[in-house]
Amino acid sequence: MDNKIITLSHGAGGEAMHRLIKELFVKQFSNPRLNPLADAAILKLNEERLAFTTDSYVVKPLEFPGGNIGQLAVCGTINDLVVMGAKPLYLSASFILEEGFPIQILERIVTSMSQTARAAQVEIVTGDTKVVPRGECDGIFINTAGLGMCPLGHGLSKAPLTEGDAVVISGTIGDHGIAILAAREGLALQTTIESDCASLHELIGSVLKESKGVKWMRDPTRGGLAAALTELAESQSCDIFIREAAIPVQEPVRAVCELLGFDPLHLANEGKVVMVIAAGEAERIVELLRAHPLGRAAATIGQIIGGGMGIVRMKTEAGGVRRLHRPAGELLPRIC
Amino acid sequence: MEPLTYFRDAHVVRQIARETAHLHLSQPVQLMEVCGGHTAAIYRYALHDLLPPEIKLISGPGCPVCVTSNDFIDRAISLAMLPDVTIATFGDLIRVPGSTRSLADMRARGADVRVFYSPADALEWAKAHSERTLVFLGIGFETTACTLAATIAEALRNKVENFSLLSALKTMPEALRVLFTAPDAQVDGLILPGHVTTIVGWHAFEFIAREFSIPCVVSGFEPVDLMETILMLCRQVAEKRASIENQYRRVVQKQGNVRAQELIREMFEPCDMSWRGFGVIPESGLKLRSSYSQWDAENVSVEVEPTQEDAACRCGDVLRGRIHPTQCALFGTVCTPDTPRGACMVSAEGACSAVYQFSSGHHGQ
Ligand code: SF4
Repeated sequence: MDNKIITLSHGAGGEAMHRLIKELFVKQFSNPRLNPLADAAILKLNEERLAFTTDSYVVKPLEFPGGNIGQLAVCGTINDLVVMGAKPLYLSASFILEEGFPIQILERIVTSMSQTARAAQVEIVTGDTKVVPRGECDGIFINTAGLGMCPLGHGLSKAPLTEGDAVVISGTIGDHGIAILAAREGLALQTTIESDCASLHELIGSVLKESKGVKWMRDPTRGGLAAALTELAESQSCDIFIREAAIPVQEPVRAVCELLGFDPLHLANEGKVVMVIAAGEAERIVELLRAHPLGRAAATIGQIIGGGMGIVRMKTEAGGVRRLHRPAGELLPRIC
Repeated sequence: MEPLTYFRDAHVVRQIARETAHLHLSQPVQLMEVCGGHTAAIYRYALHDLLPPEIKLISGPGCPVCVTSNDFIDRAISLAMLPDVTIATFGDLIRVPGSTRSLADMRARGADVRVFYSPADALEWAKAHSERTLVFLGIGFETTACTLAATIAEALRNKVENFSLLSALKTMPEALRVLFTAPDAQVDGLILPGHVTTIVGWHAFEFIAREFSIPCVVSGFEPVDLMETILMLCRQVAEKRASIENQYRRVVQKQGNVRAQELIREMFEPCDMSWRGFGVIPESGLKLRSSYSQWDAENVSVEVEPTQEDAACRCGDVLRGRIHPTQCALFGTVCTPDTPRGACMVSAEGACSAVYQFSSGHHGQ
């Protein structure tokens, strides 16, 4: 087999992408701010600590139940900043447009970008537009970069992760993944699931304001909860134990997964956050999350356990224990 | 209690596990599941973890992607290289290495290869793209044969002429006969596929208990189903009986779905079929009847590269239950879900992939 070309699995958030990033990008660009591979880089300028991030959006379909590519581009970048404990301030927006793309759709996309940014009190301050000949991109690609400030006083706890820390998810998983799948051309699935696409600044802000207990955060986008947890275990050299029965999944998401052989833990989310919380604070933080509309289904799903091998284990619904890996390659439906 | 919740209830599962342990089986019992769906469910729910150590579960030739042979993939790749052909496939088949490359490699190089969720979706696509010739890669067992038969009937009704089928459809009973006729077969009980028996009925597998004295139980796909099936098989072993029993009574009947069987018979006829790990098994495949040859992509003449097998990959032995995936020297090192050397590591229902993805962390079991 020829491994020397880029395949779709290199972009799927799984093992292949992880290796491409480590073995090419990090190797070439290596510096102390990039190397932790966090959702945003933390930069120290004089006394200020800034968070800086960028992301490109190539979702298909462009509009889907619960959002569109523009809303996703703004929320995604805001979320990458807030999970680093930063307050998002400024965004850039670059558009690569395909010749023939309807202006009417572009207007809808840009309008929802501006609404989403305004709601989060973020300004889009710079941008770029390119048009490529028909066939050279799929309608529209958007890149956004974001700058935020890590406020003094509150933010993430500096304490190291220790045995007994709680792992919390802010709501149901897999909604975005299934909404996109169902809306995508050729999939005749009837489901009412909407994408969870949302800015998390308020939800996370409400927690950080009240508690110093949050030690680590990540938004489980591509690769889903499984990728976020393996990332956590590997980057922090800790072991994690998760209870599948505690993970909130909406019934229709479960049903589609059942049908196609997907694991909800592998599906993308666009409005959820995974937190590691100091043991004593977990209950209070789950309460705080639940008090916000975006955190209604928040739940403690597991703990950091001793070991330090960087391994995630899960007690399945049926009671057996197995290891959790990041998903390999593209998500493909099974045959029946 | 909600039905689905009941079938996943950890207490019920544990209760059945206790009952199984109380049988005090005196020697090791090797049970084989021959449905990819069962393999996936067993590992996904980590059921091994709950069973007494004397019970070993091994996988058989039931994952449709895994049993697809290299020559079929090579042929699909040759078709994909024709200028106006779109290859439609489901599932993981796209990543399975053929003799020298996979369909995903061809897609990255510009071939039009698309993943569809159902043959009906592919037919819709063909209708909307009359300038392309769509070749659907039909892999799977009687369940898939039934949906494909319905799709081709639909193509016929709507006169969709740019839809065709490249069939590697297989029928399970013949492969099991070959498996158990072999002198080295070490199977003490068989977990029969719930979906295939829904179509063909469980009587199609009665010969296994009768001729080979192997206990058989038709099983559903939830943890409680599978645990109950394992208990039923172990009881037969303990009582030294071999009969066919049906755990999946809520779905499967003795005669199966007669309508579906008629539909399959009307479109398809039995043919010799090549299986990975088994070679050609007489009358174990389904091909379109000559009256439907217009929809048969087998009739398109293309040059196909000579078939090569990867000598280091032991998929064949895995599919026959001769070795556990971890006994393959490439397992987990050279061969991972991300860099698969063989089909059993590609498919989510393949034994190698399931063991790799869902092990408890120590691969040796
Ligand atoms: S581990 Fe890989 S190489 Fe070995 S039998 Fe399985 S698929 Fe083949």
